[in-house]
Amino acid sequence: MKIVVCVKQVPDSWSERQLRADHRLDRDAAERVINDLDTYAVEAALQIVEQHGGETLALSMGPASAEEAVRKALQMGVDAGAVVTDDALAGSDAVATARVLAAAIASLGADLVVMGVESTDAKMSVVPAMVAEVLGWPMLTQAQALSIDGATATIERQTATGHDVVQADLPAVVSVVEKFNEPRYPSFKGITAAKKKTVDVLTLAGLGVDPTTVGTAGSPTSVAAAQPAPTRGAGVIVDEDPAAISALVDFLAERRLV
Amino acid sequence: MIDTRLSEEQQALQAEVARFAREVVAPVAAHHDETKTFPYAVVEQMAAMGLFGLPFPEEHGGMGGDYLTLCLAIEELARVDQSVAITLEAAVSLGAMPVYRFGSDEQKRRWLPELVSGSRLGAFGLTESGAGSDVASMRTTATRTASGWVINGTKEFITNSGTDITSLITVCAVTGRKDDGRPVLSSFLVPADSAGLTVEPAYSKVGWHASDTHPLTFANVEVGEDALLGAEGRGYSNFLSILDEGRIAIAALATGAAQGCVDESIKYAQQREAFGRPIAGFQSISFMIADMEARTETARAMWHHAAARMNAGLPYKKEAAIAKLVAGDAAMQNARAATQIHGGYGFMNEFLVARHYRDSKILEVGEGTSEVQRMIIARELGLPS
Repeated sequence: MKIVVCVKQVPDSWSERQLRADHRLDRDAAERVINDLDTYAVEAALQIVEQHGGETLALSMGPASAEEAVRKALQMGVDAGAVVTDDALAGSDAVATARVLAAAIASLGADLVVMGVESTDAKMSVVPAMVAEVLGWPMLTQAQALSIDGATATIERQTATGHDVVQADLPAVVSVVEKFNEPRYPSFKGITAAKKKTVDVLTLAGLGVDPTTVGTAGSPTSVAAAQPAPTRGAGVIVDEDPAAISALVDFLAERRLV
Repeated sequence: MIDTRLSEEQQALQAEVARFAREVVAPVAAHHDETKTFPYAVVEQMAAMGLFGLPFPEEHGGMGGDYLTLCLAIEELARVDQSVAITLEAAVSLGAMPVYRFGSDEQKRRWLPELVSGSRLGAFGLTESGAGSDVASMRTTATRTASGWVINGTKEFITNSGTDITSLITVCAVTGRKDDGRPVLSSFLVPADSAGLTVEPAYSKVGWHASDTHPLTFANVEVGEDALLGAEGRGYSNFLSILDEGRIAIAALATGAAQGCVDESIKYAQQREAFGRPIAGFQSISFMIADMEARTETARAMWHHAAARMNAGLPYKKEAAIAKLVAGDAAMQNARAATQIHGGYGFMNEFLVARHYRDSKILEVGEGTSEVQRMIIARELGLPS
């Protein structure tokens, strides 16, 4: 079993994030970290390999610094890494990103791809499904549990209306949510070992990806305008009287929380 | 001056432990302090992260780091919870380290895997009601029998000695008298479930509420020949070297406490307003924080220096004593300043600085009082003491 985990380097969501004048992310404005949800994907991959054997590989696309996110996955215990980095990639949207990741996965070979359900910067939650689409593989979304039996992957997910159990034949792409597990903290041995692990640098030419299909030119979406999110408004205070109960139930029901 | 720069790996571990302290330790620290409960779930996660194996080689299940790396982890934990930090410090430097340093191959095979993994804890029984640093007054005895030794006596203030996962108590005992009447001291590895060993009820302490501390009573505790740790009569000198390095670890812990007080005071002083502006704008407050920072950095520089000398194989007894003295003082002074800055809230137990105020007092006392550190420093300078 070979598992590829996709990881993204994002600005630390604890720090002030900024856009540049061209509405692209200012990567130098905040500390760069591995996308938090991707660490859940790493944990999922490590657990699968601990149960079934096999190898894990962390894959990222981005500027050269994206290797730091891959190294974090290696510190957690992933076996090897690969980074697709190329000047032509700047400005890639979700479609272009999925195209590149799919090409890399096809080139590296995988039985299973695990990804976090979204990145904390773009928050689109579409790249995993797009990668599956480009690869022509089945997609299991929003997994909070994953098991492998032979050539079948089974996931469980909680939806607004119920609890789904979904299966797919391998190879497949799985996206995981926070409820999946608690990602492990790297040990000192893991940190030391990560330094010796290989991270391959992949280029568009090496992957056979046409540079005009990625980057700003190859991206069908563009950001026309951006403004800071409005500050949080005041909440609703429900008085302590019998009507409060139905008011609270209505409040939760409207949001499909009960 | 010896090179004290940290390696990339040490810095990465430091950052991970800081994150662990923030995400896992801090959220439950006040609860365990308030309820005086041992944080088993936190300790389990520390074990999973390999913290108990930090200074041990991989052949014993360790992480392949060194003592300085262990101290980095202890400092980061102590910023948010001294109880958790002392649990790690005592388990590693007092529980597992004597076995690693002085144990036979068989003793290492028997005890190190579970202690190094953190699935079990070891404790170190030295202090008695009438004997701490003055080990010549020790009363606990170990007497030879046909098949081994029988131990009798009482130990006080033994950290990690009564948890559900404590498996080993290393005990220092008198095994004879020299011609001049001074005791011959030896150390023994005593399984925690030995018949005759009673873990007395936990103390009611001023601080370190989530750290497990008990008196221990040994009433005809029988152990085999193989329980003797190191050579007979070497117990004292063995313990002295363990205490020397332990002082560096306690200095690191105290530095973390001092840093925690700085962290909290900066946050509070920037947010709390009085007379129309944040109190950080008053020089009486900002200078207090500047002094706290100066004490913290001084303490950190000193323990790094002592640890670097130890790693380099240079003498470090004096440096370890200075680090312990300076850092313990920094923690207590910073806790006093931090509670002052927090005003009435500093007197509320739910505030971290109030916990540091209660917890830090022991840093001037435990692992050798500040007076004992001065005595060691004076002796190292060749002064009569």
